[in-house]
Order: sequence, then C-alpha cells, then structure tokens
Amino acid sequence: MNKAEVLKLAKLARIEISDAEAEELSTEFEAILGYVGEIKQVSKLESLKDKNSEDYALKNVLRADENAHDSGIHTEKILENAPAREGDYIKVKKIL
Amino acid sequence: MIDLSTLTIQSAREALKAKKFSSRELTQACIDAVKDKDGNIHAFLEIFKNVLDQADEADKKIKEGIDLPLLGIPIALKDNITVAGEHASASSKILENFVSPTNSTAVNKLQEAGAIIFGRTNCDEFAMGSSTENSAFGPTKNPLDQTRVSGGSSGGSAAAVAGGMVLGALGSDTGGSIRQPASFCGLVGFKPTYGRISRSGLMAMTSSFDQIGPFSKTVEDAELIYEVLRGPDSLDSTTITEEIYPKQKNFDKTIGVPRMFINKASENTKKNVEEAIKRFESLGYKVIDLEFPTIEYSLAVYYVIVPAEISSNMARFDGVKYGLRVGGENGIDDYFKTRGVGFGKEVRRRIILGTYVLSSGYYDAYYGTAENVRSLIRKEFREAFKKVDLILLPTTPSSAFKFGERSSPLDMYLEDIFTVPANVTGCPCITLPFGKENDLPLGIELIGDLGREDNIFKASKEFYG
Repeated sequence: MNKAEVLKLAKLARIEISDAEAEELSTEFEAILGYVGEIKQVSKLESLKDKNSEDYALKNVLRADENAHDSGIHTEKILENAPAREGDYIKVKKIL
Repeated sequence: MIDLSTLTIQSAREALKAKKFSSRELTQACIDAVKDKDGNIHAFLEIFKNVLDQADEADKKIKEGIDLPLLGIPIALKDNITVAGEHASASSKILENFVSPTNSTAVNKLQEAGAIIFGRTNCDEFAMGSSTENSAFGPTKNPLDQTRVSGGSSGGSAAAVAGGMVLGALGSDTGGSIRQPASFCGLVGFKPTYGRISRSGLMAMTSSFDQIGPFSKTVEDAELIYEVLRGPDSLDSTTITEEIYPKQKNFDKTIGVPRMFINKASENTKKNVEEAIKRFESLGYKVIDLEFPTIEYSLAVYYVIVPAEISSNMARFDGVKYGLRVGGENGIDDYFKTRGVGFGKEVRRRIILGTYVLSSGYYDAYYGTAENVRSLIRKEFREAFKKVDLILLPTTPSSAFKFGERSSPLDMYLEDIFTVPANVTGCPCITLPFGKENDLPLGIELIGDLGREDNIFKASKEFYG
C-alpha cells in the first residue's frame, strides 16, 4: 500500500494526517496486512466449506416501539457535553 | 495500620464486619497509598471526590448490620467505564472533558453490592494497546519494576491493585486487556463469557469481543466481583441468559493443552506451562494434548475484525455532539481536524486500517474471510470442550517488557497471541499468577467452554488449594 492510498483511506475516515504519517503507516500496514493475510490460507481448508455456524446467541433484541420516555427529560444532561450549543440545539458551522 | 499490599477483599470484608477497621479508614488508607506511590506509577487519572462520603454511607450500613458482598470495599474503574456525573475519558484527548450523564450497569451493580466507587485508572487510549503506552495522559509503570510496562490496555487497573492502592478493580478485555496486565503485575484477571456482564456504559472498542471483568489478588476475590456483575441486562442486547449455552459435558478434571501452539512462547514460559501441568496432574487432573489446526490463526483473525469494528465504533467521535471540537474552515473540516488532533496515533492507525479492510474490493479478502475463520475456530473450540473441561495456555509469550521495547505495531500485536483465542471464541478465561521469569511474574490461562465459568473457578481454587 502506498502513501497516496493511505491518504485516501484517511480521507474516507475523516482524519487529517500528515504526509509523513501516511508514509509511515504505509510501511506498517504492509507488515500488518502481511501477517493477517495468513487467514487466506485457512479459507482454502475443506472444513470451512461445510461450516454450519452455531448462532446460539442470535435473537430478536428490538423492543416494541412504544412507551417512550417523556420528551426533554434528558436534554440538559446531554447538551452539557456539547462542544457548542444554542438554546436546546447543538451548534455547528453552516452546512449549505 | 492497614496493609493494603496483602489485604484481600475477602479478608477486608471480614475485618469490616468484625469492626477491626471502618470503611472510612480503609478508603483513607487507599487514598494515602495513591498519594504516596502513584506519583511514580501513574495508575490513577482521578480519585472521585465523594469517596469518603461513600465510605461513611457504607459504615452506616455496616453498623445497621447490613451484609452486602462488597460493602465498604473501594473498587477502581478503568477510564472507559462510566459513572454518572464523573469524567470518563478512555484516556483520550477527544474525551478529556467528557462527563458521563449515566451510570454503566457495572457501576450500578457495584453500588448495589455496597462497593466504594473509588476512581478511574489509566489505560491505552480507547483500550487500544498492550502496554498502556498509548494513553494520552502518559504511561503506567509496573509497580514490581518501574522500568517495565504494567501491560495493557487496562494497565492502570492492574497497577492500582498490584501496587497496593485498591483491593480490586474493573477492566475491559477485548483481546487480553485484563489478562495480560494482570499477568505482568502478578494478579488474577478474569474475562467472563462474551455477554455475561452488561457493557451498557462501557465505551465500545470492538463490540463483538469487548467484555468487562475483575482484577484481584485471589481467585476468590475475582469470583466475588464476577458474581456481583454478572447477569442479563435490558440495556445490553448482547447479554446472555443461562439457557443460551447448554452444558456440553460434566466436569471430570480434564484439561487440554495445544502444545504446538505454545511453541510460540519463550523457553521460560514453556517450562512454566509444564510446571503448571505437573501441578494439575498431582491434583488428580488428566491432561491431554489437543490438536488445534486453526487456533494459531486467532491473532490474524483478531487484527482484521478489531480495526474493522473500530473504524465503525469510532465514527461517533465527530466533534459535534460531545467531546473535543477543533475548528476547521467549514463543517466537514471540523471533523478532519477534530479527529486528527483528538485521536492518538494507534487509534488513527486502527481506524484507517479498518477502513481499508472494509473497503470495496478488500472486504471479502479480509473481513469476510476473518469472520469465516472465526466461526471455524469457534467450532473447533466447541468440539474440544466435548472432551475437555478446560484449555491451558500461557497468558503471555514472556514476562513484562520494558518501555519502548515493542516498537513496531506488529510486535505489539503479537503480544496478544495467547489471550485472543478466548475473545475470538467468546469463551471465559482466567489468568493465574504462576512462576517467574527474571524475577517477574508469569501467568497461566484456563479457558472454559461458553458459559462454564464454574469450571474455571473450581480448577483455579484447587490449583492454589
């Protein structure tokens, strides 16, 4: 993976990084991907083809869409952590 | 004078009940120990301001004859477990000033059990690391040798207990983050079955692996904290009930050892495992060799799935809703600046790597394959647990290393080789202090079948008999 690819990924991930860091990461990623790429060996195993996954823990976890809490009871606590606010709104820069 | 370096939770509970000392005196002793020792070690980021008030409350209850499993016992929390009204930063700059609006379920349960919620401990940023060197607030030193790391990511919790500053602590374990620091600091560390303890209020790192668990001096103390914390929770849909994993086998003292896999450890560590096997055999255990073709791929699987889930979980930190905001030229530039400055190097590395393994064209080769291999490993473990009650491994390849010694990211990742199989399979796993290497503690791990924490505690107690 080269520097330009790392910079593109960083852009997708919305993280500003320097050229020097991208360079360093590209070398590190080569080593890491070389190691984790070993798993492709396993995928050739016969046993993988007849795997039946045991999904014991899979169950519907959604509650019924009812009995919501009273509107606004958590607003103040949550807004206390907002970097910028205006009244009961979180303030951000102009979008359009 | 209370000697915190040898006192266990069990014996402290007895002493509190017998009025040998009060919770206030015990809590004050912990505060004094932190003041005395932690300037060098840096296990703590903060002692909560109301600890002595909490202790007075506990003393009142003790006087009334109320008996609760942790009544009056100060317990420390890793900095990624939330307490209502207190800071929780995951040792990251991006959350440096974050105050949690809610309690985690783990803290609710500790409070119901009478524990003093003592303070928050240092860790690798967002629990990403194996040495606590990735904390935005500086590393934690190993109390047994301050030139060495305390392990990670829950290194502060380990150092707080091993350094005689509190009697117990909570950490989180995604790939060994409780067990490796416990082993480096000569403690018991326990990661229960995935889903056994609610993670509501634990900051997510890799949601399909993360699990909360205790640090303690003894197996009995670890079990005590585990019993307090366990159980299903409507606020965490991944929590499990007893019915989910039916028992596959009755306990008959059989331990499996994947010897081929253990060859990756240092000579001392291998010898130490053989010593542990001898001790189990002398206690009437049958130890058999396990053939495990896929176990050695656990770490590779782990380091694909982990960055993938991180890249998704860390997307919530955008400088809009909470946490740090660094202003840029426009709205979207705010994201780039906030995340570039707010996240440390390892967090940035993992998010970008995760973005890669999930990107179009590479998804199948990395993430898809890793998920397939993961279910294969899981299947092999389930099969093995029809024959054996427990699997024995060393906890770490070697004893605690020096600061800066694992300089490349891959070298640091390889540190987790023996701890990740339990996370990849979801199985419960304990580390027990056993043996030494260069005067530093080593640990052995016992992995149990899904839902079989009982076997782990039974064998661990017999081991120290």
